[in-house]
Amino acid sequence: MTKNRLVLMLLAVLALALLVGCGSDDSSDDETPSVDTAVTASDCTPENLDTYKDGVLTVGTDSPAYQPYFEDEDPTNGRGFESAVAYAIAGELGFDDSEVEWAEVPFNASFAPGQKKFDFDVNQISIKPAREKAVTFSVPYYTSSQAVLVGKDSSLEDVTSLDQLKDVSIGVQIGTTSLDAVKDEIEPTTEPKVFDNSNDVVTALKQGQVDAVVLDLPTAIYLRDAQLPGSTVIGQFEAEGGDQWGAVMPKDTSIASCVDWAIESLEKSGRLEEITDKWMSESASAPKLED
Amino acid sequence: MTGDGDRRAARERARKARSRRGQAIAVISSIVVLGGLGTAILTSSGWPDVRETFFSAESFRTTFPDILRGFWLDIKMFMAVEVIVLIVGLLIAVVRTSRNPALFPIRLLAAAYCDFFRGVPVILLVYLVGFGLPALNLSGIPSDPIILACLALSLAYSAYVAEVYRAGIKSIHPSQVDAALATGLTRIQTLRHVVLPQAIRRVRPPLLNDFISLQKDVALVAMLGIAEAFRIAQIEALSSFNYTPLLAAASLYLLVTIPMARLLDRITDREEINS
Repeated sequence: MTKNRLVLMLLAVLALALLVGCGSDDSSDDETPSVDTAVTASDCTPENLDTYKDGVLTVGTDSPAYQPYFEDEDPTNGRGFESAVAYAIAGELGFDDSEVEWAEVPFNASFAPGQKKFDFDVNQISIKPAREKAVTFSVPYYTSSQAVLVGKDSSLEDVTSLDQLKDVSIGVQIGTTSLDAVKDEIEPTTEPKVFDNSNDVVTALKQGQVDAVVLDLPTAIYLRDAQLPGSTVIGQFEAEGGDQWGAVMPKDTSIASCVDWAIESLEKSGRLEEITDKWMSESASAPKLED
Repeated sequence: MTGDGDRRAARERARKARSRRGQAIAVISSIVVLGGLGTAILTSSGWPDVRETFFSAESFRTTFPDILRGFWLDIKMFMAVEVIVLIVGLLIAVVRTSRNPALFPIRLLAAAYCDFFRGVPVILLVYLVGFGLPALNLSGIPSDPIILACLALSLAYSAYVAEVYRAGIKSIHPSQVDAALATGLTRIQTLRHVVLPQAIRRVRPPLLNDFISLQKDVALVAMLGIAEAFRIAQIEALSSFNYTPLLAAASLYLLVTIPMARLLDRITDREEINS
């Protein structure tokens, strides 16, 4: 009996080794480089686009959808920055507002392998080379600064340079570029604390578990005004290489070039700037923090 | 005589043949089941994507050292909580099983404690203690999230473990207590020398079971911003859109829980033989 079990265990180990062995072999990956052909308006029509659902553009975002990117936690109302951007892209591609459907896509699920249930996902997702292995990004529709937010009556209100934040306990939200920005630009002496979502970041700041939090500037402004009375955005700074947000699409999707084209033409026509100014107008109002 | 010997030899041969056949069947069935499972996974059309997002060797290499560093914190928290839980759980169990009328209100509190903390999801407790307790602004309450996290886990697991101990104490037949008292031992002495040694030995398997689950639940403290293995893995996973770091963290948890599970098996086996 023990011999049998030994054989079984050996076999199981072998099978596992086989799996892991295959896992480390990367040679067979043949990535088809996306050919960037010049796309024109006539290519990008609902009829020509191979969308998730025929004749419908399915846009994903996380729930709850936060301000100022969405209003009233309802992406379908066209209000809020990313809701407006999504409808504008849809419009460029020839979809009526009624032909846009929204899918609830948790941030964690937006890059899961396998069939995705959206055509593109807008969720303040930063374009990063490492992430491009898993998904296809559109061209950026927004470039964000990082902002430092401190609580009411904080001794840090008069800070003017990043150097002064070195010995401060800093909180950030997981999955954001803020963590990298803090590590690269502030180089704090204590490890930044990383929380699940912006609500937890705010709670930690309120309770003094962190002295300051670093967030995307529009998020910081919104939190200051809506959730943290008396708090101050003491300044903004740029993450190394900038922090650009793009729409996330399934890897090597055929609609990528059209989504890019739509964003670029929104940029050319000035419509993107209009939308940005309407929903994120206060973004410029924080002082720059010196290096 | 010789006829007897022949028969014995034949029986021996038959037994060996049966055993060989059994082994052959086990080997073949293992190859069919595990091989089939492996083939089904490896030849599926989505496998290259799954391999790249879950089993990337490069991602494993670059993130594992950081995750390992975080895991050391998990181990430390786990050890501290385990010690607290073993002591507090026992105290609660003893109080709940005592018959002393003067202890009635404390028994009531202990029962309420167990009901409440066993019923509330641990993740919620970590939230309540980690974010709620400091919000009270009471002096003397620690603000270090690691201490708060350990407190939350201790509260939850003391309740589980108290119930395990209580079951063990209840399983000792009352006649043993009567006999001990009859020999002149006091109630405390009876508890200390007769009831608890037997009770604790009986509940070792469920106790270990709770510790395996505690060992995993330590990862819940990540949401308080503590840089333990799971949080570090999450950060890396979200930064690269690759789940491999999470699997790297999982392998560390397995490294601890599997030996514990085997130890548990061995204890249970021995117990069966003894009884």
